[in-house]
Amino acid sequence: MTTMALRNTATLAWRTLVQIKHNPFELFDFSVQPIMFLLLFTYVFGGAIADSPGEYLTYALPGIIVQNLLFATLNTGVGLNTDISKGVFDRLRSLPIARFSPLAGRIVADVIKQAWAIALLLVLGIVLGFRIETGPAEVLATFALLLGFAFAVSWMSVLVAMLVSEPEKVQIFGFVLLFPITFASGAFVDPDTMPGWLRSFADVNPTSILADAARGLLSGGPVAGPVTQSLLWAAGFLVIFAPLSVRAFRRRI
Amino acid sequence: MSAPPAIVSGMDTTYAIHAEGLVKRFGDTTALDGVDLAVRPGTVLGLLGPNGAGKTTAVRVLATLIRPDAGHAEVGGFDVVRQPHQVRELIGLTGQYASVDETLNGTENLLMIGRLLGLSRRAARARAAELLERFDLTDAANRAAGKYSGGMRRRLDLAASLVGDPRLLYLDEPTTGLDPRSRNEVWDIVRRLVADGTTVLLTTQYLDEADQLAGEIVVIDHGRVIATGTPAQLKARTGAQTVTVRPAFGDELDRVREAVARVATGPVDVAGEVVTAPVSDPGALAKLVRDLDEHGLSVAELALRSPSLDEVFLTLTGGRA
Repeated sequence: MTTMALRNTATLAWRTLVQIKHNPFELFDFSVQPIMFLLLFTYVFGGAIADSPGEYLTYALPGIIVQNLLFATLNTGVGLNTDISKGVFDRLRSLPIARFSPLAGRIVADVIKQAWAIALLLVLGIVLGFRIETGPAEVLATFALLLGFAFAVSWMSVLVAMLVSEPEKVQIFGFVLLFPITFASGAFVDPDTMPGWLRSFADVNPTSILADAARGLLSGGPVAGPVTQSLLWAAGFLVIFAPLSVRAFRRRI
Repeated sequence: MSAPPAIVSGMDTTYAIHAEGLVKRFGDTTALDGVDLAVRPGTVLGLLGPNGAGKTTAVRVLATLIRPDAGHAEVGGFDVVRQPHQVRELIGLTGQYASVDETLNGTENLLMIGRLLGLSRRAARARAAELLERFDLTDAANRAAGKYSGGMRRRLDLAASLVGDPRLLYLDEPTTGLDPRSRNEVWDIVRRLVADGTTVLLTTQYLDEADQLAGEIVVIDHGRVIATGTPAQLKARTGAQTVTVRPAFGDELDRVREAVARVATGPVDVAGEVVTAPVSDPGALAKLVRDLDEHGLSVAELALRSPSLDEVFLTLTGGRA
């Protein structure tokens, strides 16, 4: 049974990844857009925000990675909702396969895509002048933390996908929620420059905390605090949204 | 030791599909209101009804996609609610709602299903190639399914439902939206499958399609079965056949109309130069011919025909198709 579940999940993850071959726009979505953000923030805003683009890059790269990661969690929900509305899910569910493998396959594929996007941004950042001040262990830890966080948050996207009727609505909901969360944070600028009320929000915002954790792990600096808090946030997302999503999944399909 | 668990096969395997009293509600809407169905192995049952009659809901219950609120259904002897996995091992589903992945190409769609069904990579590839060949899709094997024409998509959809060689095939409105040529292709495929022993549950809103493919028809409307029988039985149920007469000479129209009225069991209709009327007596035609002859009336056209399923359907549903 378990072997079957793993095989089914692998097949369905393959199915999601092989789509990229046919729909290069998807690749555009999760790699070109963050690259443009990276260039925009570094060269257009960087000099104005920090003393130089290079200095700003050191601060902003982890933030850009985190922002991109949060938006990319929407892919999971959009993909699931598309499968449901197009009838692909019905076909899958009429097959003798492990019940949750369509969900698991999608999530596994999306975590792989997330890893690709993080690596791409990191490499490009290095090309532009970002320096990793720590060692390979810290870099691996950064990946693990970011991917774990993405995995946890993607359950929110799964829940939305189960509750709305069309894929576009997942996108709209996600955008409305994620836009303020990612920008009213310490991802791109130091919250110290914000008005008090916004600063209080930015300080507890998981985007800020995860960006701080990535900064600490890649550039050196405080690690224990932000990493612990990030893990707590991730656990919170998982504990709240995974059971709700699974329940909604059972009901919807 | 206690007895080994019985190989959980249902009690009744006389029928490939056997449903009793299926009820399914969605909010205030009752999609199925006590539907009974019985399909013998190797036959085609046509589930006929207008849009919203509950056809798709019935298929979804029998395909284990939704649970009925009441009632009981067995597929291949397995209970659809308690043994969904076993049911899924027997069935293939094609239709308006079960669909192929538009972003994958033809080969990948079939490969995915083969792998999900436990075939090795090599076997899944071979099966995919074989099915693409059989459904005339080899040339489109490497094209994304989203770029297929309606007919090609439906063929790929059918191929996808056949990867596991199902004993039972559910076809949910398999030709809705297809042009006549593609429709004929799908019909040919279904006929071949039935000839090979596959049991088919076909839903359709096209009476012609049910007439062409199904050995037995269940007519449903508002979630209830309103008639069951072979196409011939259903046609006979409404009783009347129709006699059509075209007089050879226009000035004899009135006298021909009177002759027809003498055998008719309902109102005689005159449209242009053609007289039509319902008859039910098997000897009506012979009687009419003698009558016309005795009165020295000649006719250009004389025909007796069974009602079309459309007429049957309109009669059964009270004129609301």
